[in-house]
Amino acid sequence: MIEFTTTRHNPMIDPALHLWGWEVAVYLFLGGLVAGLMIIAGVRLLVMRPKERQALVCCTIGPLLGLVLLSLGMGALFLDLENKRHVWRLYLTFQATSPMSWGSWILLLVYPALLANALTHLPEAIPALTKRIPLLVTWSDFILARTRLVVAIGFSNLAVGAGLGIYTGVLLGTLSAHPLWNSSLLGPLFLFSGLSAAAALLHGILVLTLPDEELPNFADFLLSTLSRWSESKPLDARIAPTLAQADNSFLTIELMLLGLFLIGHLTSTEAAQQGAYLLLGGPYTAAFWVFVVGMGIATPVLLQFLELRHRIRHTLVPAVLVLLGSLSLRFVMVYAGQASHWPIVLR
Amino acid sequence: MSLYAMVIDTRRCVGCQDCVAACKMENGVPTGYTRDWITETVQGEFPSPWMEIRSERCNHCDNPPCVACCPTGASHTHEPGNIVLVNREKCIGCKACLAACPYNARFIHPDGYADKCTFCVHRVERGLDPACVAVCPTRCMHFGDLDDPLSEVSHLLASRPAHALTQAAGTAPRIYYLS
Repeated sequence: MIEFTTTRHNPMIDPALHLWGWEVAVYLFLGGLVAGLMIIAGVRLLVMRPKERQALVCCTIGPLLGLVLLSLGMGALFLDLENKRHVWRLYLTFQATSPMSWGSWILLLVYPALLANALTHLPEAIPALTKRIPLLVTWSDFILARTRLVVAIGFSNLAVGAGLGIYTGVLLGTLSAHPLWNSSLLGPLFLFSGLSAAAALLHGILVLTLPDEELPNFADFLLSTLSRWSESKPLDARIAPTLAQADNSFLTIELMLLGLFLIGHLTSTEAAQQGAYLLLGGPYTAAFWVFVVGMGIATPVLLQFLELRHRIRHTLVPAVLVLLGSLSLRFVMVYAGQASHWPIVLR
Repeated sequence: MSLYAMVIDTRRCVGCQDCVAACKMENGVPTGYTRDWITETVQGEFPSPWMEIRSERCNHCDNPPCVACCPTGASHTHEPGNIVLVNREKCIGCKACLAACPYNARFIHPDGYADKCTFCVHRVERGLDPACVAVCPTRCMHFGDLDDPLSEVSHLLASRPAHALTQAAGTAPRIYYLS
């Protein structure tokens, strides 16, 4: 029996640790999603044939969305800071042992990499915009005329995207004070969760551009509005099955990493085991199994498998489920990790 | 090089909280916050349970995770003594250091920066003991240099069994409890 009494009463620390809330969970989710968009954009740019319109959703729409989503994520992170006036201090130094310092510098690289990727094929994707801003065509032509530059943009998106995705997991994984977080698998896990969310998002966008007879009714209004606004041709949806296939692969790897993550904890120290029990019988069990594993991984894998076998139509449902599951993973990990701590051992 | 540490005799500590009050007065700790605190642990089964009363604070670890994770260098170790401190002008309030501390010894000051025990570095640099040590009515708290084999803390650790808190976390804490 251990009875523990303390006179400490610091806000955010006692009675239960609550340092990070929805802001950090949303930031980690959006950071992972943008990382996934970057990697997919980089790969598509590297393997794409000239003028292949199948790639536009990956190489243009994805990076443009990524710029917006990353800004939203950084906004959420900014809201979490307690000393917002000092945020510029992040860029006066580089601390090699601090994942947050790495992350702040990686985030600076993400913007130009995404922008370059989006610019490469922007005139094809959104002709209306390039009519208004002819300089965009000049930039696009400049990039496309230089194969080495295209390859460099592709590889930079791949490298920076991988760095960003892994960093979102390493940020928590290096905090050994919380045994649930303290796993090197958290980096790859968050990376593949981001990849699956990105593939789902792009797949969802393509579902909205499918021929009318295959289009979900609720998307009619949204699609027609967007088309009128952008005055662009519909996207080539032939890549939709590839994205669904890729999404299922990412989700399968994510599920395997989750399994290894739990096995690693269950076969480790008492503190790590107690951390794992938060997800295997503790207060976060229902949220983890229902929202992360059931809704976010197993159901969309099944639905996309049936889509690929032409047993059901391509719909938005798997994309929405994967995105919600990926967000739930960040929420569960951020909250459960704070509830995980070292046991009090005196002798 | 000196290595400041604190040795606390749990057989003498009565949990009077004089150390807590002295710290608040000396360092202007805001109402509702505390840099040090009293913890009572009752362990074991009847008929032989035992109780330990401890005055706890930042452990000024030799391997401080709060310093390693700080993105701006605000958390740092101060020489002499290897005291772990926070430069409030550099702190952005990201709370990474709070999350990294296995002892939950840090808190966010109402002005937005991470705050914690400083071993009363401003007193130590003048050759004085930290305020909590200076006021302890039972003289259960001792402060000194672990690198000096003739110091009181070195002598106490050599002569009596002692333990630190949550050593499995691997941070090499420098607050020792004589038991």
